[in-house]
Amino acid sequence: MEESSSSGTRSGAQRPKMKEKEPEKSVKKRNKEEEEEEEIFDFTKKSQEEDEDEEDEDASDSEDSVFSGLEDSGSDEDEEEEELSDDEDEEEVDLRVEPRHTQQVETGTVKKTEKEEEEKKKEKTETDEVEGGATEEAKREDEYVHDSSDEEDIRNTVGNVPMEWYRDFPHIGYNLDGKKIYKPIRNKDELDDFLDKMENPDYWRTVPDKQTGSDVVLSDEQVQLVNRLQRGQFGDANFNEYEPQVEFFSRDVMLHPVTNRPADKRSFIPSLIEKEKVSKLVHAIKMGWIKPRRVEDDSRGRYYDLWANEDSSILARHKMHLPAPKIPLPGHQESYNPPPEYLFTDEERAMWEQQDPCDRKLPFVPRKFSSLRQVPAFSRFIHERFERCLDLYLCPRQRKMRVNVNPEDLIPKLPKPKDLQPFPTTQSLVHTHTHTHTHTMCTGSDDGSVRFWEVCSSRCLRTVQVGGAVKSLAWNPNLSVCLLAVALDSVVLVLSPSLADRQVVLSSERLLSAPQEAEPNEGAGPVTWSETEGEELTQGIRLKIQHPKAVQQVTWHAKGDYLASVMPDHSSHMQVLIHQLSRRRSQNPFRKNKGLVQCVSFHPVRPYFFVGTQRSVRIYNLVHVILWFGAARLCFLQVIRHHKKAVRGVAYHRLYPLFASSAPDDGPVRLVQAVYNTTPYTTLIRSHYSITGAVLQHASTTRIYTLTTDHLQNPLLVPVKVLRGHDITADLGVLDVTFHPTQPWVFSSGADATVRLFT
Amino acid sequence: MGGLQKKKYERGSATNYITRNKARKKLSLSLPDFRRLCILKGIYPHEPKHKKKVNKGSTAPRTFYLLKDIRFLLHEPIVGKFREYKVFVRKLKKAYGKTEWSSVERLKENKPVYKLDHIIKERYPSFIDALRDIDDALCMCFLFSTFARTGKCHVQTIQLCRRLTVEWMNYVIASRALKKVFISIKGIYYQAEAMGQLITWLVPYQFSHDHPTDVDYRVMATFTEFYTTLLGFINFRLYHSLNLLYPPKLDVKAESELKEENDDDYAMNSESYLEKLSALSASLARVVSTAEEEEAELDQFPVEGEDMANMEAREREQKQEEAQKKLFEGLKFFLNREVPRESLAFLIRCFGGEVSWDKSVCIGSTYEVTDETITHQIVDRPNIDKQYINRYYIQPQWVYDCVNAKIILPVEDYFLGVTLPPHLSPFVEEKDGDYVPPEKLKIMALQRGEKPAHEQEDEEEEEDDDEEEEEEEEEEEEDNEEGEDDEEAEEKNLKKMEEQRSQGKSLTVKVTAGKVKVENPARLEQEEKAEEKRLAIMMMKKKEKYLYDKIMFGKKRKVREANKLAAKRKAHDDAEKSKKKARK
Repeated sequence: MEESSSSGTRSGAQRPKMKEKEPEKSVKKRNKEEEEEEEIFDFTKKSQEEDEDEEDEDASDSEDSVFSGLEDSGSDEDEEEEELSDDEDEEEVDLRVEPRHTQQVETGTVKKTEKEEEEKKKEKTETDEVEGGATEEAKREDEYVHDSSDEEDIRNTVGNVPMEWYRDFPHIGYNLDGKKIYKPIRNKDELDDFLDKMENPDYWRTVPDKQTGSDVVLSDEQVQLVNRLQRGQFGDANFNEYEPQVEFFSRDVMLHPVTNRPADKRSFIPSLIEKEKVSKLVHAIKMGWIKPRRVEDDSRGRYYDLWANEDSSILARHKMHLPAPKIPLPGHQESYNPPPEYLFTDEERAMWEQQDPCDRKLPFVPRKFSSLRQVPAFSRFIHERFERCLDLYLCPRQRKMRVNVNPEDLIPKLPKPKDLQPFPTTQSLVHTHTHTHTHTMCTGSDDGSVRFWEVCSSRCLRTVQVGGAVKSLAWNPNLSVCLLAVALDSVVLVLSPSLADRQVVLSSERLLSAPQEAEPNEGAGPVTWSETEGEELTQGIRLKIQHPKAVQQVTWHAKGDYLASVMPDHSSHMQVLIHQLSRRRSQNPFRKNKGLVQCVSFHPVRPYFFVGTQRSVRIYNLVHVILWFGAARLCFLQVIRHHKKAVRGVAYHRLYPLFASSAPDDGPVRLVQAVYNTTPYTTLIRSHYSITGAVLQHASTTRIYTLTTDHLQNPLLVPVKVLRGHDITADLGVLDVTFHPTQPWVFSSGADATVRLFT
Repeated sequence: MGGLQKKKYERGSATNYITRNKARKKLSLSLPDFRRLCILKGIYPHEPKHKKKVNKGSTAPRTFYLLKDIRFLLHEPIVGKFREYKVFVRKLKKAYGKTEWSSVERLKENKPVYKLDHIIKERYPSFIDALRDIDDALCMCFLFSTFARTGKCHVQTIQLCRRLTVEWMNYVIASRALKKVFISIKGIYYQAEAMGQLITWLVPYQFSHDHPTDVDYRVMATFTEFYTTLLGFINFRLYHSLNLLYPPKLDVKAESELKEENDDDYAMNSESYLEKLSALSASLARVVSTAEEEEAELDQFPVEGEDMANMEAREREQKQEEAQKKLFEGLKFFLNREVPRESLAFLIRCFGGEVSWDKSVCIGSTYEVTDETITHQIVDRPNIDKQYINRYYIQPQWVYDCVNAKIILPVEDYFLGVTLPPHLSPFVEEKDGDYVPPEKLKIMALQRGEKPAHEQEDEEEEEDDDEEEEEEEEEEEEDNEEGEDDEEAEEKNLKKMEEQRSQGKSLTVKVTAGKVKVENPARLEQEEKAEEKRLAIMMMKKKEKYLYDKIMFGKKRKVREANKLAAKRKAHDDAEKSKKKARK
């Protein structure tokens, strides 16, 4: 289609020329009008109505040819161009070719001459071949015969020029007489052409002659010739390409020599070059550079019994060798049809996709297929094999001992708590609002009151207002007296609550009144003793010991005569004071500051005094006044890490092997029972658990120390009970714990303003 | 001060190790050659305990080999061959460059080759050692045998791999050694027991491979080179242990049968022989041409210190094994063309069944579809037009599940167009506490010989049991807290009373009848035990506590996972049920 349109434009371009050339033709006018129309078509609707265009054009072409032979050459040219461009539209070619067909009759004679000429040519070539050994002069003559100018069509003398030069002329050349040869008049239109194509049996062998502008019908021989040439065969059908070769030099010894030349000398002498080559090869073989062709060895891939003679020579290497671990076996989730619970949910899948490939638990997404035929190839199969290969030869191997422990075996075997009774197990009483004296308990609180409670009924017996937040209080351990030491602010008060038997009250009175005789001759000390009067006296406050600084703790000696108070201070050497009640005397036992004292304690039996600083525990012998350096005699027993938070209070029982610890931030009180394999009870415990974890107030551990190791082989601490009951208020639970002096009961005071008794 | 100054890194661990590069230089090999040597000789790197010491103070990441290993490599004759090969390649290049074709040809003829026999003997001094290490070899050979005959590796290698795998499968059939099989999304896993060794291998599905670009095929080819040699020798030995001919020959009888049918389909006899072998349909020729040898009954000798019950159990196990070997005996299968022929034929033949397929699918089919004696036809399409009435039409999963269950499963679940039950991995052995899918419980019940009619109930019961157990566990945890709750309640009461007392002094004293606390003695005991345990845990040493916590963490995680699976399953089942109801 494009082609036709292009030809259309071309013809349109040609038309003005034609107008110039033949203005005289009247018919042309009509033609012109049409052409103008065409032009309009060309420029406006070219793209839209190409089909129509084509038809129009064809029509115009044929009309042109009717009126003049002029267009003929133009159409010729078209054809050429079409031939050049590969995609030939056959019909069009046919249409263009047809007009010439009618002229065949006129030019019949001409064709004949052509044929003759061709035949002549053939003859010539044949004669050339045959007369291979003709003389040179004859050849020279022949040169002229073959001259191209002679070969040309004698009817048209234009020579070897392109015929398109005559395109715009009415003639196409000149005859021998110098007269113009006019182009044959094309009087055939499309219809004629078509009819011709249909009716003329020779149509297919009709060829236009460019030089004369006429159509030539090819004869049978000519067609044959064309066919042969197209097939790449010789033009002459009779020519035999495969003539038998005449063996000039053959193996047969002929009677006469072919050449009579005598043999060269060199043909009798061995060749030096050859010798050199041979010697080279020989040398190479000798040196082993060239090896003889190897016998085809097919032993590769042939197998035999390799382990036929199994010598048990296992090298050291084999002992050291670690075989690679096998690939783990697949689980249910790898199945092509797994149970539905192994498939990923959307969330799991999203998570799997987000995870780093090395973090993923599964290296693939489980999938389910309803039948085996739908299972596709696994895309990472080769990858996985390759990774296995890499593992095999690149990974360091190491023997790893896997601990195979039954977790139950790790739990220590302890005696059953049941067998270790008595110990408090149940909460029996709650005192809302510590130190016990057989059946009286007293509490001190921040509101400045000291309360006395009856243990068995939890009844508040008395309340004494001391006028300040109570820091610490302690019952006199001597059972024959009933005295209470209370520490508040910078004062230590000694109370005689007179709640006990008359005898006891009397004996305590005696103790308080005794010192009158001894004058406080060293009154220059930092401590002032004073007796109370008036209301305070009626309340039971008997003595006031004024300290220079705030008192943190008070504690009694076992005999009940001595009293120690602690005033923690970094800078001063006066942190601990020991008071003697009977003589109303105070003394500062230390000359040097050895660290911030946290608590002090007297040994219940022996004359030892323990001072716990933040870092160490020091033991002093009170009799010989010899200082023992802590660790020398102190034997570390065990660390108990039962609490998660800091331990604030610990207590041991005087008679029973019981030990309690409390951590206010943690909640419950934990009871620990110590069991010894030899002498289990009373004195031992009393003497040996003298000072405890109160030292390490802010660690979550309780350390238990004993003084000597003599009697204590393999001490065993058994936790027996966790006592719960206190509410946690302001992040604080149990503040302090104390044992009943005789019964296996424990009191605990909590931040929830209660004291609880566990029996 | 006498004596020489001691230099650093001249003794101790620094001298025991050698870096890879130094090793390579010591052996004067290129890196690929060194790699190949390591693969063939089975040398792997070692991780020194003190890397910095060995690395002479540097902390750069390096690969270390034992110096002993490298010294050992120095004596390897193959190293010489590698060097020869290098020279050969150089010469060949030169000849090509000079276009000396004759010398190219000569060189090619004299291409140096090496054999790996001695390496195999050295790496595996006994046959059992070799057999133990055969898993990877089988996987690799099965993979390579599925490669296309172009491109990635030599055709000979592929052919050799195919031959060896066919031989292996024939051995497994002849010895009836197959134990388990599993269709995974990666391929089909098989597990066989040869000479007491469990051997597992994975066969990819029959698809062409999409060759990845980030895989070094040279490494794989080197491994394959080694594995083919190993597998060949193992096959030889295994065949001889069964008195079979090696290379394998088909039974005379079978051969003649096969010849009749399709002699003219295959041009080359040698070609068709491997095909016939790989059809896996015919039995193999034996050295001693006795017909089926009767297996001698194993005499039972009571072992000292082994009680009767133990022995009986062992006997029972043996019997079961024997029964499994004859699982498909007497059954006649026909494979439709859409099912994986090789895998199924292999399985069925392994367990004594007869199998055939359409003639156009593969060589070696023994009977037609029209055979009336066929009992099972394996089909993997939604329906089939022409059905014979006297045979079951089942889906391929049935065969695999039967093998794993060691019994012939009921065929109803596997009929055409039926939704298949899940296919479970036979390699998972659930310990108590692990999650067991209900399908597995069902199969276990079948194995015990219970009737499938009770199946449903059983399942439900078991499920219930599980749930109960879980609940109990939860309860236990709750118990501890409950005790506290009681106390708290009591306390509150007391508090109230106190408040009342403090507010209005006139107490309305009232005595109410006390309630009898019902105490469950069993529960009390449990509580006590739990308390004891907790107290004992408190007393653990730090180290042990850490270990204990770790173990318990792992256990808890396991339980959590199992619970999660169970919950998922339950949700799924509920959804299914509701769907069913909706449909009704």
